[in-house]
Amino acid sequence: MTATATSTPPAEASAPTQLTMAGALNAALRDAMSVDDRVVVYGEDVGPLGGVFRVTDGLHAAFGDDRIWDSPLAESGIIGTAIGMAMYGMRPVVEMQFDAFSYPAFEQMVSHVAKMRNRTKGRVTLPMVVRIPCAGAIGGVEHHSDSSESYWASTPGLTVVMPSNPADAYSMLREAIDSDDPVVFMEPKSRYWSKAPLALPVTTAPMDRAEVVREGTDVTLIGYGPTVRTALEAAEAAAAEGLSIEVVDLRSLSPFDDATVGASVRKTSRAAVIHEAAQFGGYGAEVAARVTERNFHHLAAPVLRIAGFDIPYPSPKLEEYHLPTADRVLAALDTWEWDA
Amino acid sequence: MSLNVEHAPVRTLPSEKPLRLLDNAGHAITGAATGGFELPDTDTLLELYRKMVVARRFDVQVTALTKQGRLATYPSAYGQEACEIGAVSALTADDWLFPTYRDSIALLTRGIEPADILTSFRGDWHNGYDQHVHRTAAQATPLATQALHAVGLSHAARLRRDPIVALSFLGDGATSEGDAHEAFNFAAVWQTPTVFVVQNNQFAISVPLERQTRAATLADKAVGYGMPGFHVDGNDIAAMYAVTRAAVDRARDGGGPTLIEGVTYRIEAHTNSDDPTRYRTARDVEHWKRRDPIERLEKYLVSEGALTEAMRTEIADAAEQLAARTRDVMTSEAELDPLELFDHVYGRQRPALLEQRAALEAEIAAGAFASHQGAAR
Ligand SMILES: Cc1ncc(C[n+]2csc(CCOP(=O)(O)OP(=O)(O)O)c2C)c(N)n1
Repeated sequence: MTATATSTPPAEASAPTQLTMAGALNAALRDAMSVDDRVVVYGEDVGPLGGVFRVTDGLHAAFGDDRIWDSPLAESGIIGTAIGMAMYGMRPVVEMQFDAFSYPAFEQMVSHVAKMRNRTKGRVTLPMVVRIPCAGAIGGVEHHSDSSESYWASTPGLTVVMPSNPADAYSMLREAIDSDDPVVFMEPKSRYWSKAPLALPVTTAPMDRAEVVREGTDVTLIGYGPTVRTALEAAEAAAAEGLSIEVVDLRSLSPFDDATVGASVRKTSRAAVIHEAAQFGGYGAEVAARVTERNFHHLAAPVLRIAGFDIPYPSPKLEEYHLPTADRVLAALDTWEWDA
Repeated sequence: MSLNVEHAPVRTLPSEKPLRLLDNAGHAITGAATGGFELPDTDTLLELYRKMVVARRFDVQVTALTKQGRLATYPSAYGQEACEIGAVSALTADDWLFPTYRDSIALLTRGIEPADILTSFRGDWHNGYDQHVHRTAAQATPLATQALHAVGLSHAARLRRDPIVALSFLGDGATSEGDAHEAFNFAAVWQTPTVFVVQNNQFAISVPLERQTRAATLADKAVGYGMPGFHVDGNDIAAMYAVTRAAVDRARDGGGPTLIEGVTYRIEAHTNSDDPTRYRTARDVEHWKRRDPIERLEKYLVSEGALTEAMRTEIADAAEQLAARTRDVMTSEAELDPLELFDHVYGRQRPALLEQRAALEAEIAAGAFASHQGAAR
């Protein structure tokens, strides 16, 4: 699906097989744990069960209780102890079971994970990864489908990334684990079962880079995680009507890749950003503002946001009304004055 | 987890009367009341006495400096010397300390320089000392958060088979926070080598203990988590040292965590900007002043003939020298580089931050902050 999956695999790569994003993440954890015994994995149900999404499947049997274990059920405890472990030189990879259940850990995330390097003038660094299954479209009941990305992305000191496909999932998770800075690694739940032919290990673009995943000349659609697929669907439908849409997969929410996005926008002169989270004060507002500030004279129209409604995430039978669709994207593009 | 040793569940409640080894008149206590703990030897007690006298002088000096506007804020530990120093002296140099804003005198005891302890309180940078060199985490301000860091660090040490113990201080108010509960529970479930020392100084800013808990003692809480709890007279440094020492040794030997409550009193205000007359009486303060931890040990040492006049003079001189050094460093302005604001946010620099850095540099070069130079900075 993306250009990134085709980057040259290392010599020892296996033959390509169909792999889901969950499978790719699992392989990334397994490979990272194999090459570096400082990498430990814990959280709720990540041990023998393999996590509620099976991302840690088989790792407990392979590495044992000193490397991967079920922690007590307490998110602040998970993040707070991971801070101490990272201070001691471990590289903990911890899981928040669902986006909305990371909120009890908000203080540890914002006050300590994000600030430790700064508070200590770089003397204490926290090489830790917080994996957060995020966003909706899986028919989950309340508190299982939130998009919490802007809370983390607006916190200085955190790096926030979200892959949209199996190859990036593998490569970006390996890079996140190797990073000396803490990384919030968001995994779009609705993409866990998406498949791609993959030969592992795979190295895609650096995780702070956005990627143009479809070339076009008339509009730049900016998506991340689950909405990259929405953007590609919209581009496909628009092509039938003769509109050429370029799709950028942000991949990294913090930092924001101004260069890649800017180059695309200057080429197309029109931009829209798509996300599931509520529009008001959401991540799209940052994208629209940055793109406008830096490319105003290249823009033929205001930057649009196609987002979820400004409501708490709805119940499963109503979520289809809430989530941005390709049709909604196209309808939004129609609001521009195209002759201007 | 595989590192767990089988251990009998803890069911015994801590003693209702705080455990003491010296009474308020400085007499050694014997018999069942000591809970099986022994009075430390005289050399150890002399060393603890010296540390308390020096720390008190430091605390008084810093409080005086706040009145001269040399520090933005200072949370005093006057009256809590036995708790702070008794507990922290039970650690080896390889063990880790996780302090709060209140615990500056514990940092002093760890050998950290006054200028580095006070960096954050005078507003220079959040934290001024090297955590790894002193095996002392940055002082935590969000309550109880540091207790979890202590659990994580000591757990990591145990996974590495390093004989390291982590000690976390907490206030009585902090025990109401979710993180305190999570830390106690994680430590007990994982059997980490962690010692929690709750300094029950009776108030959380203005809120008295009875508004914080219905538990008979804070040490009682330990039992619910399945770890030993000790209810200790926090103004008796002999008891604080002996009990913490035993907990540290036990943790190092794989025996798991311990919760220690030291019952003490904060003689000064919460910080220099607090007004304690609004929530406590002068009589109450006087009552606790008569239970001074330094005087108690002094009485004992003098009665034993262990503390001579010459020693007293020598200790007083050392304390004065430290106070003078503290005055000196706090009256000379530290060099601050505003561009450093951008240097420690991420390990890998970000283009957007470099742009902001360049913008600030240009502002400074254009003299935008000229009026500030030589004044506050
Ligand atoms: C999470 C959090 N909530 C509130 C505060 C504000 N605050 C600072 S100190 C304090 C009282 C703490 O009392 P205690 O834990 O007994 O410690 P003490 O100051 O008496 O040493 C409060 C409420 C804080 N620092 N952190």
